[in-house]
Amino acid sequence: MYEFDWSSIPGALPFLWQGMRISLEITLTAIGVGILWGTLLALMRLSKLRLLGWFAAAYVNLFRAVPLVMVLLWFFLIVPQLLEKLLGLPSGSDARLSSAIVGFALFESAYYSEIIRAGIQSVPKGQASAAFALGMTYGQTMRLVVLPQAFRNMVPLLLTQAIILFQDTSLVYVSALADFFGAAYKVGDRDGRLVELLLFAGAVYFAICYSASLLVKRFHKGAGA
Amino acid sequence: MGYHWNWAVLLASAPSGGVTYLDWLLSGLKLTVTLSLSSWLMALLLGSIMGVLRTVPNRWLSGIATAYVEIFRNIPLLVQLFIWYFVLPELLPSGIGTAFKQLDPMLQQFLSAWICLGFFTSARVCEQVRAGIESLPRGQMNAALALGFTLPQSYRFVLVPMALRLIVPPLTSEFLNIFKNSAVCSTIGLLELAAQGRQLVDYTAQAYESFIAVTLLYVLINVVVMVAMRKVEERTRVPGYMGGK
Repeated sequence: MYEFDWSSIPGALPFLWQGMRISLEITLTAIGVGILWGTLLALMRLSKLRLLGWFAAAYVNLFRAVPLVMVLLWFFLIVPQLLEKLLGLPSGSDARLSSAIVGFALFESAYYSEIIRAGIQSVPKGQASAAFALGMTYGQTMRLVVLPQAFRNMVPLLLTQAIILFQDTSLVYVSALADFFGAAYKVGDRDGRLVELLLFAGAVYFAICYSASLLVKRFHKGAGA
Repeated sequence: MGYHWNWAVLLASAPSGGVTYLDWLLSGLKLTVTLSLSSWLMALLLGSIMGVLRTVPNRWLSGIATAYVEIFRNIPLLVQLFIWYFVLPELLPSGIGTAFKQLDPMLQQFLSAWICLGFFTSARVCEQVRAGIESLPRGQMNAALALGFTLPQSYRFVLVPMALRLIVPPLTSEFLNIFKNSAVCSTIGLLELAAQGRQLVDYTAQAYESFIAVTLLYVLINVVVMVAMRKVEERTRVPGYMGGK
């Protein structure tokens, strides 16, 4: 039978915590970018300007058709080279990590934009018509009338997506970023204690995601009442 | 830009004897499709059983099913995969563990990936099945019981067939996800599509061609699945429901 030896974890906690901070940083960046860019994409998709609608639809469908691993590899291996050539940067100026984060955020925006689009569509049409009738411009209507109501309806979905996104951050492993999972793997590999470290990482992710999902549920019930 | 495009590289012969680089990509595609389809079968079967268990009037059974779903939904896929691949063989009774480690490495990777994707997706299917069953009017179950069906019979002949038909549209997106999620399995060295694409870059240094080809193949899978599932949706639609005839 396998004999567990958890002794390498306590000493590695600061390193693991650093990894967790990177995971959380990526999560927050991606949520921020995802909601902003996702809202813009959703508005483009719903706009009367055909070209904008096509662009947003193509963007969303492309990112949703391709695995996140592929997107991360694109942004880790290819985009930095391309930028170096296009902008004439000296080669070796290491943009690969930030590039991977940007790719991650662009990917998640596609998913956010679909949630936000459904949220906007859940607002009764009369609301926009009333706002226009009051003389508001398109921008005012969206900003002051439609979007606030849409976001209230979407809060539970946005939070659930945030939990999924947090789990997705573990995939930045393919781009050699030392996030929480990458850190756990490194420690386990170094000490020959992969079994313990992987189980530990799984338990930590579970504790975080499960309690977050309980909070979302409670919040949802409170808001619905 | 000084990049030297060379699409013909795909037809150049690869170092592994008698095949072209394109054949590498196609074999990756085949593995991605095989893995995804076999995991999907497992996920449908397990997910339906668990989905039923979540709704049965027995606290123990529904509790077990709930725990099952929470575990598989709240741990990232990559972590689950590594646990199946690196951890489980160590924890199994030594006979089975060693037997597993003596298998062909390809087979080890495939088995871990298959079980991992199957369980991971089954938790999602389970939630859809549960939602489908809960969306049915209560009268369905009552009528079945009143007709003298036992509880298992009511599920098997009345509730589950209806629920499965109602949830085809959301299952389509889970089905699409399983193909995308299979790319995660490149991390344990399984030579599926994404891994082949990476390998191609290492061997040919033609990064753009290889990545564009792989991306297009994923888009192709997506389109094929969507078209096929639309046919399935048309056939299974229930008259009288939203989107029904």
